[in-house]
Amino acid sequence: MAETRLIQGNEACALGAIAAGCRFFGGYPITPSSGIAEQMVRLLPGVGGVFIQMEDEIASLAAVIGASLGGSKAMTATSGPGFSLMQEHIGFAAMAEVPCVIVNVMRGGPSTGLPTSPSQGDVMQARWGTHGDHPAVVLAPSSVGEVHELTVRAFNLAERFRTPVILTYDEVVGHTRESVILPDRVDVVDRPRPDEDPGSFLPKRVTPDGVPPMAAFGDGYRFHVTGLAHDERGFPTQDNAVAGALLTRLHNKIDDHLDEVADVEEYMLDDADVVLFAYGIVGRSAHEAVRRARDRGVRAGLFRPRTLWPFPSGRLAEVTAGVDRVIVAEMNLGQMISEVAGAAAATTEVVGHLRADGKPITPSELLETVLAQGGDRP
Amino acid sequence: MTDVRKYLREWAMPHVLCPGCAHGIVLKSFLEAVDQLQLDQDKVAMVAGIGCSSRLAGYADLCTMHGTHGRAPAFATGLKLARPDLDVVVVSGDGDGLAIGGNHLIHAARRNIDITVLLLNNSIYGMTGGQVAPTTPQGAIASTSPGGNSEASFDPCRLLTGAGASFVARVLAATPIEMTKTIVEAMSHPGFAFIEIVGDCPEYFGRYNKAGGGAEMLNFIARQGESVAVPLTSKRFVNHVPAPEPRPGLRTGVLNREIRPVYSGVRGAVSDEA
Ligand code: SF4
Repeated sequence: MAETRLIQGNEACALGAIAAGCRFFGGYPITPSSGIAEQMVRLLPGVGGVFIQMEDEIASLAAVIGASLGGSKAMTATSGPGFSLMQEHIGFAAMAEVPCVIVNVMRGGPSTGLPTSPSQGDVMQARWGTHGDHPAVVLAPSSVGEVHELTVRAFNLAERFRTPVILTYDEVVGHTRESVILPDRVDVVDRPRPDEDPGSFLPKRVTPDGVPPMAAFGDGYRFHVTGLAHDERGFPTQDNAVAGALLTRLHNKIDDHLDEVADVEEYMLDDADVVLFAYGIVGRSAHEAVRRARDRGVRAGLFRPRTLWPFPSGRLAEVTAGVDRVIVAEMNLGQMISEVAGAAAATTEVVGHLRADGKPITPSELLETVLAQGGDRP
Repeated sequence: MTDVRKYLREWAMPHVLCPGCAHGIVLKSFLEAVDQLQLDQDKVAMVAGIGCSSRLAGYADLCTMHGTHGRAPAFATGLKLARPDLDVVVVSGDGDGLAIGGNHLIHAARRNIDITVLLLNNSIYGMTGGQVAPTTPQGAIASTSPGGNSEASFDPCRLLTGAGASFVARVLAATPIEMTKTIVEAMSHPGFAFIEIVGDCPEYFGRYNKAGGGAEMLNFIARQGESVAVPLTSKRFVNHVPAPEPRPGLRTGVLNREIRPVYSGVRGAVSDEA
């Protein structure tokens, strides 16, 4: 029987993680994400998992990566300043191809900023925060129920592609209590395992789909893991051709499977003249604004990526062909808007509804913008 | 002496270390210890940070990880908690373990995680070209202390004892048989075991301080050593280094050993005991 519960977003995240098979959590206290750790410490022991509070966020993600190398599905959760500290190991996990989930409950920044106010100021950091070229998979739920669903999906994508996956939502989603129906069971994906004998195992073997099978330490396969550029044996190399091919494969393993990663909610787009582009909590305000605009006869629609990165450029180009205006609504001073401008049709005007004062964007203020931008074409 | 080649990835040779560097001696002593303990190679993990010492992990035919600078104790903590069946050994250097990674090292010690840390102390940053380290003696020359180091240096063993490491030892790279024996004891110890291995970096420390090549440096270090078991007299601190502060009491042997509860994370059926 599916269960109905009144829970917070952070609680839904922890429950989703357990359902997805997470058996290790390493974290460090920080508002507004601490609720996730406080749930995980209670949930993990009951399912044979392990919890540890580390000395900082750098160590938290390091411990998560160590546990994942040992074969556990593993997660950490943080906010703002802690997310900055985790960038080092997001890069390591991308390079060494260690599946893990990093939750960033966004708060106002920069620096210590506004610890208990919502923000969407980290969405570019989620894409580009660690140094070097690297793939990024970033999911953005907009409700408590979606936090549960996308936490499971984050683990599944991490395991499927051997990559770090970032789940990011803001303080409002994290702390809001909603009644949700939790599924009895969820589909769970496990990392590809090698079937060759240990003697011929290559930890970074180039496979047709770009994802090398992954052995756990201690399971009879001995291999080397490094953040240096490396060859199929996992051993450091200075060979430019090998290093270049590795980086290309790390990108292609995601880009060649965009159909598995992409995830967009589209609402009333078929005949829309004006399209709201919004994600996370703002997506909900935008949904309501579109509904009210339609009541007033304005042909508005919503494009809400639930996977923020890789950015759904192709789909956005398709749906904006013939659209007069796209309004990008985000709780920052303009981050995804540049991606939208790059992807939207040349004849489409892209404008921002931006807010970075620690207050959520409301349906009413968005409706005003929609009416101002698109109201002349009933 | 065992033939340790079965524990080496010979295909990964030649190695990156300089002639005369003590790190090779440490790898051999460690593999001897693995052999003496009759450990299953599939069940031994070697977790390293970044630096010359950390490159050793790549050559050992074990489960090996070359992580990020200073973070090896944190990676090792996660691995050990997820896989208590593994013997987890951290190999780190003095810059890696005591500067950028100092925080991770002291917290792993405080928790008494059941891992062994080999800290290869050569008093300088080798891989990046001979910069001053938190262990560089006062007065010694490094590329970022051309006039002689004016900072005080850490005593790693006192630091780790203070942090709660339940096994603390110092050995000299010049005494490999003693080193193997100490590594065997450390790996057999339940809880966090720390060994400072005092070695050389002829390429930088040796050259900058006119301390000679590998053999001269190891001899010099050997003369500094004062075993806690058999104290030597008067031979310490032969002054090859231009006016360094003498390193007070380079005492070798097991300096601290206690049995206290091993931490393995919050686990088990009852969660509120945490
Ligand atoms: S630079 Fe120094 S520490 Fe590094 S390998 Fe050479 S001698 Fe050894």
